Amino acid sequence: MDILSSSIEQSTDLLNQNENINQEINISVKNEIKKKVTGSEAVIMSLLEEGIQTIFGYPGGAIMPIYDALYGFQDQVNHILVRHEQGAIHAAQGFARASGKTGVCFATSGPGATNLVTGIADAQIDSTPIVCITGQVSSHLLGTDAFQETDIISISMPITKWSYQVTNAEEIPRIIAKAFYIAASGRPGPVLIDITKDAQNQIIDFEYKKCDKIRSYHPYPIASDQDIERAAELINNSTKPLLLFGHGVIIANAQEELKTFVEKAGIPSAWTIMGLSALDTDHPLNVGMLGMHGNYGPNIKTNECDLLIAVGMRFDDRVTGDLNRYANQAKVIHIEIDPSEINKNIHADVAIISDAKIALKKLIPKINPNNHNEWLEEFKKCSQIEYDKVNKNELYPEKGELKMAEVVRKISERTNGKAIVVTDVGQHQMIAMRYYNYKKPRSNITSGGFGTMGFALPAAIGAKMACPEREVVAFIGDGGFQMTLQELGTIFQYKPKVKIVILNNNFLGMVRQWQQLFFEKRYSFTTMVNPDFIAIARGFSIQSAKVTERENLDAEIEKMFSTDEAYLLEVVVEKEDNVFPMVPSGESVSNIRLS
Amino acid sequence: MGKSLYTDNSNSETMRNFTISILSENSIGMLHSITIIFTRRKINIESINASDSEVPGVYRYTIVIKTIRSTAEKVVKQIEKLIDVLSSFLYEEDQVHYQEFSLYKISKKVLVAHPEIEKITSEHGAKIMLTEPEYEFVIFEKTGHRESNRKLLNELQPYGVSEFVSSGRIAVSKSKRETTTLMEQLENSKCNVIEA
Repeated sequence: MDILSSSIEQSTDLLNQNENINQEINISVKNEIKKKVTGSEAVIMSLLEEGIQTIFGYPGGAIMPIYDALYGFQDQVNHILVRHEQGAIHAAQGFARASGKTGVCFATSGPGATNLVTGIADAQIDSTPIVCITGQVSSHLLGTDAFQETDIISISMPITKWSYQVTNAEEIPRIIAKAFYIAASGRPGPVLIDITKDAQNQIIDFEYKKCDKIRSYHPYPIASDQDIERAAELINNSTKPLLLFGHGVIIANAQEELKTFVEKAGIPSAWTIMGLSALDTDHPLNVGMLGMHGNYGPNIKTNECDLLIAVGMRFDDRVTGDLNRYANQAKVIHIEIDPSEINKNIHADVAIISDAKIALKKLIPKINPNNHNEWLEEFKKCSQIEYDKVNKNELYPEKGELKMAEVVRKISERTNGKAIVVTDVGQHQMIAMRYYNYKKPRSNITSGGFGTMGFALPAAIGAKMACPEREVVAFIGDGGFQMTLQELGTIFQYKPKVKIVILNNNFLGMVRQWQQLFFEKRYSFTTMVNPDFIAIARGFSIQSAKVTERENLDAEIEKMFSTDEAYLLEVVVEKEDNVFPMVPSGESVSNIRLS
Repeated sequence: MGKSLYTDNSNSETMRNFTISILSENSIGMLHSITIIFTRRKINIESINASDSEVPGVYRYTIVIKTIRSTAEKVVKQIEKLIDVLSSFLYEEDQVHYQEFSLYKISKKVLVAHPEIEKITSEHGAKIMLTEPEYEFVIFEKTGHRESNRKLLNELQPYGVSEFVSSGRIAVSKSKRETTTLMEQLENSKCNVIEA
């Protein structure tokens, strides 16, 4: 016994010793790693520390050291070579919007950086977390008009949440940590880090610490209990409440809380285009889309409700129409994380400055179970009016040319409302949002605030890379498609299985619609003489088909979804179709037109 | 016809001066990121001053704009949203003690020819700034509100003012708030991460 136990003790000691030795080795290995990397390696290692596995980018002179470092990390990080830097940032946006994670893109100095600008502005207005890393000429050349030098920091200042120029590689880990914290926290947004070439080549000791605090930045304001109480009181006393939900619900991942909240209080709920998919389209309390091409009910009822509860939305002019005639009769509760949005466009009687999820969680126990069946019935009547006058003929036309809405309906049915729907900008965008039957959150990716044509194709690539297990359908107009169609090359190279649906009316349809309605049909430069889209797809070895007749539509949609690779479907639709309902620009939401 | 977003408010509010006081980190490009917020709304900056604050490492910008109250409030919130801005305050004219500092350069020959100039300047409380004895000019310095400094200029101009320059407004608030207390609040804020 004694001998045995002592031998066990001995061996345990030995084990412990070994462990200690191993630990020492580990520590020394770690110290080894800590030492001596280039600024470029530090960039990639920092991204890995942030859990980044996908980067969209395009190399060039001033970012070559970073690309050289990337070459050594190919087993750990997936770099997608896009065909234009605008494609890189839109893809990063699509990635971020589909996954909720921060999108990353690389570009070189000068034109590489300026090509990002449209996407940066888009990400800023649509609160999308993006970290852009741009190469810059060496620090001794700054300000000298060196080859491919541009002052991207100044250019991007009004359209980024934060930007910083690194000229000393020692700063790289700290600045990248700060960039990710800023991009993703609070109201998310794009951050740009510009790194001079000499900093990329400089040797530093690498050590990474995530950022979770900046003394001048307070991304998660805490609402006062008093405001929560006041809001609950208004909600409990309201007989005609209307809830408006926006992107803030999706960013906060508050879909469940929103559902619990509206179901408990029985509140009719309408969405902004950025809030779409936070609540299922066919949920009984989902009364539809707000704004210019939104549904009849939520628009006219905005001016009849007694309480507006705005959750994570910012009263954009496309939602409100004429502010002087917007919900004057109603009290307003504004739940919003960004204090600068409070009272910006609409006066809030109660402002709850908070993350939407936290605010809803606090409100749920304070609101009384209720239903507003009579009030909800009024929305149903409006829906019926709209259906009879507009939707029915859009969704189920029996004769005439194909309509965008019937294509969207059929694709919605084929995908069971569970695809990620990426849209470009224009008529098809409004139609897709109006008629796709969304059944999953984070399923709507669009350029909402900025209205960037050319957004959809690269954004769909990014979305598919973020969620390869989900069906990704991009609805794109013939105009927008031609703005970024070079990204078919990216699809050819990396084979993301995106389904591209071109709704081709051979017009810049939305502008043409305005010309028809407000410019006496003077169709000034909106007619498009289009190329052969099928031949273009063939050039990129992407399977494709063109539909012109109604009787072929089902079969071609089926073929697209049963093809296990990327696919381009061109559907030739009615040339001079209009999107209705419509609140004409600058008019009151009450003046919504059905025809 | 589209109406301006702020039409309604401007009718009920008058254009007047506001002083905006901003505390920020001392980072490169800060001034630019602040001023473009005014540019975006086409608001002219009446005066601007950048200086140290009483807290080491913290910068203070003092900006005067002429606009309506609601616009000023929105602008201040957008400034406060800048990552490196610690805090931003909006003041009406009666909520601050403020001054501008002006220099008036006049040739010694003019001064000799018009001895009444010294009477005018002393009436306005301007003082003679010390310069090298061989210097051919006299420099008067005056501290006051813009209007009074401007009034002295107007009175001196008939004699010939070689150069005139004035600082931007500098202002301290009448509030009892201490910047150090504010800094402590910012440092200890729990708003950096989401509530559990």
